[in-house]
Amino acid sequence: MATYQEFIQQNEDRDGVRFSWNLWPSSRLEATRLVVPVSCLFTPLKERPDLPPVQYEPVLCSRANCKAVLNPLCQVDFRAKIWACNFCFQRNPFPPSYAGISEVNQPAELMPQFSTIEYIVQRGAPAPLIFFYVVDTCLEEEDLQALKESLQMSLSLLPPNALVGLITFGRMVQVHELSCEGISKSYVFRGTKDFSSKQIQEMLGLTKPAAPGPQGRPMPPQEAASFCKFLLPVHKVDMNLTDLLGELQRDPWPVPQGKRPLRSTGVALSVALGVLEGTYPNTGARVMLFIGGPPTQGPGMVVGDELKTPIRSWHDIQKDNARHLKKATKYYEALANRSAVNGHSIDIYACALDQTGLLEMKCLSNLTGGHVVMGDSFNTSLFKQTFQRVFSKDYNGDFRMAFGGVLEVKTSRELKVCGAIGPCVSLNSKASCVSENEMGIGGTSQWKLCSVNPSTTLGIYFEVVNQHNAPVPQGGRGAVQFVTQYQHSNTQRRIRVTTIARNWADAQSQIQHIESSFDQEAAAVLMARLGVFRAESEEGPDVLRWLDRQLIRLCQKFGQFNKDDPTSFRLSESLSLYPQFMFHLRRSPFLQVFNNSPDESSYYRHHFVRQDLTQSLIMIQPILYSYSFHGPPEPVLLDSSSILPDRILLMDTFFQLVIYHGETIAQWRKAGYQEMAEYENFKQLLQAPLDDAQEILQTRFPMPRYIDTEHGGSQARFLLSKVNPSQTHNNLYAWGQESGAPILTDDVSLQVFMDHLKKLAVSSST
Amino acid sequence: MSQQGYVATPPYSQAQPGMGGYQGGFGPGPAQPLYGHYGGPAQAFTAPPTGLMKSPVTSAAGMPPPPASSQYNPNVQQNGAHPQRYPVPPVVSSTYGQPPQPPYNSMASPGPPPAQQLTNQMSAMNLGNYGQASMQSPPPPASTVAQQPFQAPPPVGHPQMLPGLQSPHMSPQMPPPQSPQASMSMTGQPMAAPPMGGMGRPFPGAPPPGLGGFQQPGPGVAGPQGYPQQAGQFGGPMAGPQPGMPGAFPGAPAPMAGPPQKKLDPDSIPSITQVIEDDQVKHGGQVYSTNIRGQVPPLVTTDFTVQDQGNASPRFIRSTTYTLPCTADLAKQCQVPLASIIRPFASLPKNEAPLYVVNHGETGPIRCNRCKAYMCPYMQFIDGGRRYQCGFCNCVSEVPAFYFQHLDHMGRRVDFYERPELSVGSYEFVATLDYCKNNKPPNPPAYIFMIDVSYNNVKSGLVKLICDELKTLLEKLPREEGAESSAVKVGFVTYNKILHFYNVKSTLAQPQMMVVSDTAEMFVPLLDGFLVNYQDSRAVIYNLLDQIPDMFADTNESETVFAPVIQAGLEAFKAAECSGKLFVFHSSMPTAEAPGKLKNRDDKKLINTEKEKTLFQPQKGVYEQLSKDCVVQGCCVDLFLFPSQYVDLATMADVPSHTGGSVYKYNNFQVETDGEHFLRDLRKDVQKSIGFDAIMRVRTSTGFRATDFFGAIHMNNTTDVEMAAVDCDKALTVEYKHDDALSEETGAFIQCALLYTTVNGQRRLRIHNLSLNCSSQLLELYKSCETDSLINFFAKTAYRAILNQPLKNVREILVNQTAHMLACYRKNCASPSAASQLILPDAMKVFPVYMNSLMKTAPLMGSTELSTDDRAHQRLSVMGMGVEDTQLLLYPRLIPLHNMDASSEALPAPVRCSEERLADSGMFLLENGHSMFLWLGQASPPELVQSMFNLPSLAHLQGHVPALPELDNPLSKKVRSIISALLEKRPNSMKLQIVRQRDKPEVLFRQFLVEDKSLHGGSSYMDFLCYVHREIRQLLT
Repeated sequence: MATYQEFIQQNEDRDGVRFSWNLWPSSRLEATRLVVPVSCLFTPLKERPDLPPVQYEPVLCSRANCKAVLNPLCQVDFRAKIWACNFCFQRNPFPPSYAGISEVNQPAELMPQFSTIEYIVQRGAPAPLIFFYVVDTCLEEEDLQALKESLQMSLSLLPPNALVGLITFGRMVQVHELSCEGISKSYVFRGTKDFSSKQIQEMLGLTKPAAPGPQGRPMPPQEAASFCKFLLPVHKVDMNLTDLLGELQRDPWPVPQGKRPLRSTGVALSVALGVLEGTYPNTGARVMLFIGGPPTQGPGMVVGDELKTPIRSWHDIQKDNARHLKKATKYYEALANRSAVNGHSIDIYACALDQTGLLEMKCLSNLTGGHVVMGDSFNTSLFKQTFQRVFSKDYNGDFRMAFGGVLEVKTSRELKVCGAIGPCVSLNSKASCVSENEMGIGGTSQWKLCSVNPSTTLGIYFEVVNQHNAPVPQGGRGAVQFVTQYQHSNTQRRIRVTTIARNWADAQSQIQHIESSFDQEAAAVLMARLGVFRAESEEGPDVLRWLDRQLIRLCQKFGQFNKDDPTSFRLSESLSLYPQFMFHLRRSPFLQVFNNSPDESSYYRHHFVRQDLTQSLIMIQPILYSYSFHGPPEPVLLDSSSILPDRILLMDTFFQLVIYHGETIAQWRKAGYQEMAEYENFKQLLQAPLDDAQEILQTRFPMPRYIDTEHGGSQARFLLSKVNPSQTHNNLYAWGQESGAPILTDDVSLQVFMDHLKKLAVSSST
Repeated sequence: MSQQGYVATPPYSQAQPGMGGYQGGFGPGPAQPLYGHYGGPAQAFTAPPTGLMKSPVTSAAGMPPPPASSQYNPNVQQNGAHPQRYPVPPVVSSTYGQPPQPPYNSMASPGPPPAQQLTNQMSAMNLGNYGQASMQSPPPPASTVAQQPFQAPPPVGHPQMLPGLQSPHMSPQMPPPQSPQASMSMTGQPMAAPPMGGMGRPFPGAPPPGLGGFQQPGPGVAGPQGYPQQAGQFGGPMAGPQPGMPGAFPGAPAPMAGPPQKKLDPDSIPSITQVIEDDQVKHGGQVYSTNIRGQVPPLVTTDFTVQDQGNASPRFIRSTTYTLPCTADLAKQCQVPLASIIRPFASLPKNEAPLYVVNHGETGPIRCNRCKAYMCPYMQFIDGGRRYQCGFCNCVSEVPAFYFQHLDHMGRRVDFYERPELSVGSYEFVATLDYCKNNKPPNPPAYIFMIDVSYNNVKSGLVKLICDELKTLLEKLPREEGAESSAVKVGFVTYNKILHFYNVKSTLAQPQMMVVSDTAEMFVPLLDGFLVNYQDSRAVIYNLLDQIPDMFADTNESETVFAPVIQAGLEAFKAAECSGKLFVFHSSMPTAEAPGKLKNRDDKKLINTEKEKTLFQPQKGVYEQLSKDCVVQGCCVDLFLFPSQYVDLATMADVPSHTGGSVYKYNNFQVETDGEHFLRDLRKDVQKSIGFDAIMRVRTSTGFRATDFFGAIHMNNTTDVEMAAVDCDKALTVEYKHDDALSEETGAFIQCALLYTTVNGQRRLRIHNLSLNCSSQLLELYKSCETDSLINFFAKTAYRAILNQPLKNVREILVNQTAHMLACYRKNCASPSAASQLILPDAMKVFPVYMNSLMKTAPLMGSTELSTDDRAHQRLSVMGMGVEDTQLLLYPRLIPLHNMDASSEALPAPVRCSEERLADSGMFLLENGHSMFLWLGQASPPELVQSMFNLPSLAHLQGHVPALPELDNPLSKKVRSIISALLEKRPNSMKLQIVRQRDKPEVLFRQFLVEDKSLHGGSSYMDFLCYVHREIRQLLT
């Protein structure tokens, strides 16, 4: 039998699923004792070039509250043409189109290799893609110019039938009409006033006054869309729009000395959503918000326009000193929810040296699956390339984005679903498989993902509900089915169904099996997501304490030790890395706010809860490669001892790519040896990390910050803050070694952390 | 009676019966005996009803007074000066005629030889003329004496008499006198009988006497009687019903004579046209130097040149009287309002020097330390020129070193003639930063054109018309004297129920339109590019103006907003930190959901009730606040309305009327018929000279002070007059009250200081100074009264009063005050005469005509047939009017065109506004500054029609003729040049309406014949006079 590693890999490749446990404890009690819940990371739209979609509709279980999709786990009676639902055990006849079914003539969905299958649904008219640019004009000239160019460029990347719209804002909010000849026309809103969606539609003439339906309903959206002058197909307006963008001026209102420009971000978004609501509800749309600073007026204001009042810091927030925080957050949450209801997602591209209010606005993207990109300026390759990559295409030439996704989870009876953590909102569907115990966004078996891309990954948490005294029969399997409906970027509606099953195991008799089925990487990420989710609402130290507790309990459960003898403590291979992940997680910006602005924290967390397992792990524990003359590049410990004078280090933290030249290397480089023919090898050595970095840069979204530094360089801090401080000014001489670089910190090192962990794990008092 | 009497009671009394009379007399034929004289009267007084009734009796009693009665010397004014005209050949006027004369005679007799008088009178007064004319015919019966004198004059006779016409009527009327009471009943007329009645009394008795009533005491020259001339006097004749009286009137007695005739000769009562003409003859073309304190200037209608020699030109300030009573008691006693009408930006004719600009450097203008009056000719330099004493508060201040100058032997500064502020009455100071908002120099003002592009305006073609016109009009924005181009910036907004702003920045390839739908909280969506220099952005603006009509060509939006439109302009000015003017072209009542939404509250049932005033009151709330905000920012609003129905003008015009703006109204606008009319208004409005963000203060010397202000202004406190803008046509009326006694010796000073921003964006102070006499003799006061100013004051007070009181009360107050003023004169200044004689001060002799006309104006007339909006419009426009405009409005010019000399340059002399003056075969032009009619008599000769219209006969004149065809014949040319000259001269454009006698539209025309009964119940001049006379008599008893 394949190792668990192989099994896990195979499952991930095929279904996009990584479970924390690959054998499931058969009772609630035992499951609880395992500390790490039965849970999985699920990537609904994982790219599967080998998986052609089928052109028909899925066959559903006929039981009204089940509606599970026919899958390879179902028992099929080919003669009677009947299949039994493996979730509710309902026996269903096959539909007439399956008349020819037989053991040798099975539809794809019954074949084991199609545990994940994608259906193309023909229902309904194809809905267009919509891109609504919402552009801040309170930018420096240079930034604005760069942004304009990026936007103009993006028009060429859009499919010709996609609809585009443009809103610009500063002190006022302008909605541009795109089809005007001879005179450019825009509707202007005051940036300080909160408008209801209806008001906005009225003001823009999107409601026909005399045409309300019988109950005074606003007119049907399609009709409104037909005369919406603000969202038009790219092919019709690209000339106009290019000119319009070209003529965009900085916000013309004077900004007095000592003031910030007035930026009506809140109203601008509200208007954008109002337009979409009135014209294309429940149609995939991206609202792309470009901001160069914090909202400074109107609803959603994050900071006043007085420069002498700085924008809130974590310190202010802890002191409850952030005046606008609550109000603004509430405002953006309301917007985000409205947007989510209509299936529109919101991207935020924030480029500024100071904070821009992402903390308050994060929910816009978090709830709607939008991107958040943070940079220093629109005139950087970081922004330009990231933005370009939003429109990247897959092997079929389709955009790597999908809209209006609905993920439904069905479980077999022994399991219930507790919740999900990821860029989604609850649809409040209280099916029978919904647990009362909520983890993450719970209380539902369906979530809406307004925008999904192939890497979007959700953490989904389950609860074993089987009672201890009613054991599952040996060899029984629990099953989970993920049904994801979405609007493909080619405007088709599709349904992807993934059905997986795991064996039940009795935790008392088969604890070793269960232990070895532990996927510590997945578990680390899933626990980290829980931690980050908590951190959004709880104090940082509480979260750390909770994480520590969980870790200690896990060690107690699975560690081998003699009571009260820390030195005797051992962990099996399947758990060996887990404590280390937790150590780095504790130090990560996802849980530590020290040295990060609130915006940065929000930004990091945003990406953490949506990336797939590999990327998430990189975020938790950055990867460090070492380049030297001593051999090929090798991954090395993320430890200060890895920082040596004759090495070049490449660190990938997901958000940053740091190339660090050791002291000697840096001197050589300064001396220009690489220019000399005889030191060709040095030149190659210098080049190697650059090439590797380039490779990473090519694929990563968003583009990481690229840092090239050296020993003693100020930017070396990015590296120094990440490595395990095994050598510090406190123990440097005690170690008495020449290797490595001491880190000036009082943070505990991994070694100290482990010592404490062992001590606590073996302590009899806990 | 009839003769002189029109005035006199008799008529009235008869009125009842006779009332019809007069009119009849004039208009209708001779036939009606009864009415003969007063036909008109009855109606007239409807209003007054209440009081009237009673009087009759008494009066009756009074009447008898055979003595004086007969005469009114209407004309009398100054003795010599205005001779009455009796010119008419006695012959003509058979019946009534002469009334006037009698009085004269009587008066005269003592003094100057009759002949002279006559002559004098003749020239001056019309009254005489008319009266006599008619009178004379009858000669025999009555007083021989009198007649003779008059008759003598015949030679003198002025053209006006038109004896022919009158006489005929008159005669018939002669009817027997009726008893006063009887008369009351007024057979003919429904109305007023009662009131009239009052008047009537005189009649009964010896008719004659009553009439005599009005004497206008002239300036007191001779003895009491001495002034026969007293203008006012309408001869007592009235009484003298009898034809006999006519001519004669030797002395008072005459009247007695026959049975009273009821008829008064309309020609015998004081005539405005005559007064005007006389003044023109006296002062026309002359130089009027303002070097004398308390000097009464020529009439507003007179064409003269002003030389400023220490007092402001009457073009800038006119006073109701140039001699103030010394004490409050006197003022109260005479009840003559003390007021000035100030028109700070009055335009000056080319031959008068523009105002000097004085710059006192960084310290700013020199001002009295205590009262802050500005340096002016009334500052007395003392102490060798080191100090000066303020003429207003008497405080002594040091002369600043830089301003020091030695005094000459007269105690005058040596540089007297070099410094305008010492030698002239009107000049300007350059204001320093202290006089600017926030101590920052102001920006040049801006004009924003806000065009309603709702369905109505688009369909009527108005939008296109405006856009086309603006292209050329914007080249002519007002600019500083000598400046190469205008500094005024322009901006454009179109709107229906949402607003569209335009970015017309010169660097743009095409204009940008920004739509603001949030009318609840209006704001300006852009700053840069909205208000631009026309010269720089011409190409973009052209582009925009070309596009606007097309953009909205297919609109079907018919709802509009209004308050947000003004708000938008206001916000634009705020954002640009400038002042300026909004030109709003609006079509309909703003009913769209937005602040300032209005609903139809035009309820005809309110008319003539306590609540009628609500029709004039603006609705509270939004507009009130908006006015205040506009004034603070210096945002003036000019409203051009194109309504097809009620729009609640009272409310819509609230902001314009508080910000120094104007309201123009074009009912049922059609481009073909009203286009040119509107464009003329627009052109004048855009180009006229104007000052912005103005604040005015009127300072007075000790003893009296300004207490009340009327005009298109806003008052935040009791002394500072704030005006968002003030243009050359806006005047405000200031009323003064005594604080203390005034000294005859020092006189009284008024200094009006206006701080404003020029069209160039310069802050300036404009100073107008005026000195008045003081006297403890009422006679002096009456002598230096100015009727035109008085009526301006009364019009404004009355129009303001109707906001708070029922019309009836207001009208009563007007009549009472009129009567009181005249009675006081009679009592204190005039020579003793019979109570039945109506005696008017010379300076006020035409006052009753104006007053009557005022009371007949739409705002003061409670009639359901008048449009509420029109009434409100007139009310508001009068509030900002100067003396010239109210004069013209209340007494339109009626110019006969059929018999003029086409080759002469001169404008034919206007005739009195009465139907009687029309001729079936004539052609008349009537204009009052707001309307213009070309009236064609039924029997107009075909040649005339041919040369005017190129049509064979009047019958071919079909439909509306927007303008006279341009024909190449002397008559057509002349008429057209007259019309265009008038249009040029008046502040407002007028639409020429051509009416044929007896056609329906003639009704419109007739309402401007202010001496006649009005269609809506106003009394005729004659009736009114009788009524007033009755009141006076009541006061005197």
